[in-house]
Amino acid sequence: MSGPRRDPDMVRPYVRTQGRIRAREDVRLESVVIAATGPTDTLGPDARRVMRLFAGADGGLAVADIAAALELPPSTVRILVSSLMDSGHLSSPVAAIDDQPDFDLLQEVLRGLRSMV
Amino acid sequence: MDFAPWSDRADRTDESAGAAGTDRPVTYVPATVTRSAKIVVAGGFGVGKTTLIGSVSEVRPLRMEEPITQASAGVDDLRGTPHKTTTTVAMDFGRIHMAGGRIALYLFGLPGQSRFQPLWEDLAEGALGCLVLADTRDLDASHDALGLLDGAGIPYAVAINTFPGSPSYPEAELREALALDPATPLTHCDARDRTSSLHALITLTEYLSEHRSAALLETRR
Ligand SMILES: Nc1nc2c(ncn2[C@@H]2O[C@H](COP(=O)(O)OP(=O)(O)OP(=O)(O)O)[C@@H](O)[C@H]2O)c(=O)[nH]1
Ligand SMILES: [Mg+2]
Repeated sequence: MSGPRRDPDMVRPYVRTQGRIRAREDVRLESVVIAATGPTDTLGPDARRVMRLFAGADGGLAVADIAAALELPPSTVRILVSSLMDSGHLSSPVAAIDDQPDFDLLQEVLRGLRSMV
Repeated sequence: MDFAPWSDRADRTDESAGAAGTDRPVTYVPATVTRSAKIVVAGGFGVGKTTLIGSVSEVRPLRMEEPITQASAGVDDLRGTPHKTTTTVAMDFGRIHMAGGRIALYLFGLPGQSRFQPLWEDLAEGALGCLVLADTRDLDASHDALGLLDGAGIPYAVAINTFPGSPSYPEAELREALALDPATPLTHCDARDRTSSLHALITLTEYLSEHRSAALLETRR
C-alpha cells in the first residue's frame, strides 16, 4: 500500500496568534498545562479566555480540553498555549522527585489499561 | 485514586463551568498528573469511534472542531476563480487516568478520510498508536485510515466492531481484504461495552510494546 500524498488544496485557515504562527513541538493536543502567575492585561482576547479557564482551577488542562471548552480550533489553541508558555503564563506540570527515573510511559499505559478490566 | 467511567457516575459534579460563563464546562486534569499520552481511534463514518471513546472515558467525552478549507477542483476551475469551501471536522475525545493518577491517557476519534490529512498530522504527532475500527459490512471504508497510517508510519491494530447483520469472515479473509501486515493485530470488539473496548486498547498497546522492542533491536544491528 503506498502512502498518501499531501493534498496541496487542503489547508487550514491561516492563524497568527500572539505573534506566533507555529506551535511548539512539545505542545500537542494531549499536552497538559497548568497556570503560572503573571499579568494578563497585555494578552489578546483569546489568550485571556484561555487564562480565565484556569481561574480557580485545581488542576491542569490539555490543549484539547481548552479547545473544547472555548470552542476554538485545536490548531489555534496549540499556538495560543505555546505563546502563553513562552511568556510564562502557563507551564508544564512537574513530576515529583520520587517519580521513578526510568518511568516508561507505554508500559505504564499498558499496566493501567490491564488494571481496568 | 479511584476513577469511574463518566457514564457510571450518579453525581457528575466534577464539571465546573468556566469562569467566563459562556464557555463549555471543563473537567480539570487532576493535579497529580504529570505525564500524558494519546491513542487515536480511527475508522470510517459511523463505525463506532465515538461510542468506544464514551465507553472507556472517565470524563464526559468532549468535542473539538477544526475548520479546514478546500479549494474545490474540477470543471469549475477551468473558468474563473477556484471556489473555496470550508468544512468543519469534528474530533471527539475522552480521557482515562492511570498510574495512581500520574498519567492522563487521551483518546481521540477522527474520521479516516484521507482528505482530513492536515488534521491527522496534529493528531498523530506523539501518538502511541492507533486503533482502527472496521465494520465487515463496509471494509473498504477502512482503507483511507489504513493508508494514512501506513504513510505516516504510525503503528496500529484493527478491531472489527460487530453490528447486527454484519457478516463474519474467517480471519485470513479479513486480513486479505484489509491488506494487513501479518504482524498487525486483528481483534473484535463491541464498542458499546467498556471491557470489550478496553481489551481492544490492550491488544493495541501490547503490540506497540512489542513493536517498539523490535524497532530497538533493528536499530542496534
Ligand atoms: N451493535 C453495535 N452498534 C454499535 C457499536 N458501536 C457503535 N454502535 C452504534 O453505531 C452507531 C454509530 O456509532 P458512533 O460511535 O457514533 O460512530 P462514529 O464512528 O463515531 O461515527 P461518525 O463520527 O459519524 O463517523 C451508534 O448508533 C452506535 O450506538 C457496536 O460495537 N455494536
Ligand atoms: Mg463520531
